Amino acid sequence: MSKPSALYTALKTSVRAGLITAALAFPILTFRLEQNPSNQLILEPHWSWLALATITTACLFFIISLSASLIALRRHERPAAPSRPISEHPLFHLCALTSLFAFPLIMLSALGAERSIIWINNYGIQILIYVMLGWGLNIVVGLAGLLDLGYVAFYAVGAYTYALLSTHFGLSFWLCLPLSGLFAASWGIILGFPVLRLRGDYLAIVTLAFGEIIRLVLINWSDVTNGSAGIYSIPRITFFGIPFTAGDDGFAAHFGLTFSPVHRTIFLYYLILCLAILTSLISHRLRALPIGRAWEALREDEIACRALGINTTRVKLTAFAIGAMCAGCAGAFFAVRQNFVNPDSFTFLESATILAIVVLGGMGSLIGVACAAAIMVGGTELLRELDFLKLIFGTGFNPAQYRMLIFGMAMVAIMIWKPRGFVAARVPSIFLKRRSSIAAEHVKEGHG
Amino acid sequence: MDIFLQQLVNGLTLGAIYGLIAIGYTMVFGIIGMVNFAHGDVFMLSAFIGLIFFMALTQWLGLASQPLIFILVLLATMITTGFWNWAIERIAYRPLRHSFRLAPLISAIGVSIFLSNFVQLAQGPRNKAAPEFVSGLIHITLSQGDVTISYKQIFILLLTLILLLGFWFMVQKTPLGRAQRACAQDQRMAALLGIDVDRTISLTFIIGAALAAVAGIMFMIYYGIINFADGFIPGVKAFTAAVLGGIGSLPGAVLGGLLIGLIETFWAAYFSSDYKDVAAFSILAITLIFMPSGLLGRPDIEKV
Repeated sequence: MSKPSALYTALKTSVRAGLITAALAFPILTFRLEQNPSNQLILEPHWSWLALATITTACLFFIISLSASLIALRRHERPAAPSRPISEHPLFHLCALTSLFAFPLIMLSALGAERSIIWINNYGIQILIYVMLGWGLNIVVGLAGLLDLGYVAFYAVGAYTYALLSTHFGLSFWLCLPLSGLFAASWGIILGFPVLRLRGDYLAIVTLAFGEIIRLVLINWSDVTNGSAGIYSIPRITFFGIPFTAGDDGFAAHFGLTFSPVHRTIFLYYLILCLAILTSLISHRLRALPIGRAWEALREDEIACRALGINTTRVKLTAFAIGAMCAGCAGAFFAVRQNFVNPDSFTFLESATILAIVVLGGMGSLIGVACAAAIMVGGTELLRELDFLKLIFGTGFNPAQYRMLIFGMAMVAIMIWKPRGFVAARVPSIFLKRRSSIAAEHVKEGHG
Repeated sequence: MDIFLQQLVNGLTLGAIYGLIAIGYTMVFGIIGMVNFAHGDVFMLSAFIGLIFFMALTQWLGLASQPLIFILVLLATMITTGFWNWAIERIAYRPLRHSFRLAPLISAIGVSIFLSNFVQLAQGPRNKAAPEFVSGLIHITLSQGDVTISYKQIFILLLTLILLLGFWFMVQKTPLGRAQRACAQDQRMAALLGIDVDRTISLTFIIGAALAAVAGIMFMIYYGIINFADGFIPGVKAFTAAVLGGIGSLPGAVLGGLLIGLIETFWAAYFSSDYKDVAAFSILAITLIFMPSGLLGRPDIEKV
């Protein structure tokens, strides 16, 4: 393929994409339904929006088409050597852990106490919550091959367990954390039991139904959960009993520091980091145990599992329970971090986000899931910070509005570009002579 | 008795809307075996498109004849929504058709998130109140009390009936319907016998979207209010209808839609309207657990 023809194809593609976008966007984007002052519905034409959408799509398709043909050209000349994933380098884990532990301290020294709170909170804690949830769901979806679209229900159970126990009975966070995990795990078993016979898409839909039922019950059972208003003034985190307050018995006074709200944020960061590492250790070690091997066998072939005498009921229920336990602990952490919980935090969109993180990361790969969480959550958070775009598009432009729009598009784009996720290789937990990773194409996704 | 009859009419109207959406789910599942998660949002999108066409025709072109306006709005919305769904299938689902099983589902969830946020950005987050379209009521006096039926309800039920008859004719008697049924049975064999599988699947998506567009316009007329978030719950209920009737079965989708509409209305009338969505979700779970092939579906036989 010569270069002019690549250019020609790209131009043709972009013109076609632009025309289709214009036709699609013509009624819905061009005419905005607005209420006029006398409360009547009128149409407001926005021809510039149509032009902008058309030009953006055309440019996007031009770039994609051109780069695709250029990559194809280069690959034709010289086949790329199979590269070893960076995650297999012995120093990788050490470097990753060190930088994770150093992150809040670097932020603190670089930006000062006031401004670093936002960064540690929005990037560090927010991403780590999703990393933990992703690793928890990875046990269910990635290892056992059971597609769960209602995972957020267990997150909600954990959050409400801590919220209710601490506000009604005054139990401390450190007691509620394992309790939340236990409650969520028992809900995992309760909800897992009826769906044992289901497979694939059907299982996904039933778990979605269960997730929605739990959310609707949280909204409607106002006597206990306070309905959609949620539960407020949940006790804040303490440093193993020492509160993070400005008073004499506070954390700062105890350790001879000047009081700053950043202490609590940093403590929360290390807490969720430890919880996430614990989750990864659990799922990493469980893979090498008989139960973990049974999960992966179940994912590959359920009928063969039964024929070999594996108790599939027990195997599936343990996967559900352990996955739910991780979500429950994350939920308790979420409640203590937010100080309030309401059902709006546990919508289907959250389940979809977590599932997307697991699938995009490459199911079963811990590093991949962590990367996907950082990209999807961190990327959408980052859009809030892009103030320079206001200079281009005018002051009324708010990039944060486009977060979920871009999130949805990214889900589709990554699925098309890399359907097996970012890290598309598996390292077996048991091997004959030498350990070598397997391409994900050879791993089944399970019909669980 | 009067309450019962009243709720029966209300439930059937709602059920007709669910049934039309459910056909889109069941056709796509039957032909490519995927749960088209974005279908509920396509339905929501069509309601917005319909309202825009309606406003454009009445305010800018100043049309006054109600039947003419209605037919034009219906046709324009069906075509536009069909085009949308064609583009969605082309971009988001076709490249993944031979990928692993989860890929189209994730992609569809992405499309669903995209569509609802796109409409939110383009049209604003607030509810849009649609102007009264078909007004008028009929009072029927019975010995036990009155039953009120609005023209809207009669209109919705009649239109659904006409559409379903036309649709049934298309699937049973036309070459396109034969091609669809052939692709649902065995895509490779259908391709070997000279059927353009890609084209058939595209047309399936377009037809599903056109029916969803009719449902969207009916929803707008019936409730008089639309919102960008209205896709999810009706979408899941219509999916429940498709599952209840037996996914892959077209009469099953309609039957399931009517049943879900009736159950929801009676639940709200006799028990509590707070938990009516819980009822629908519970039916979904119970059907899938105890009767995965639904009322009219064929049982799924597992081969080793």
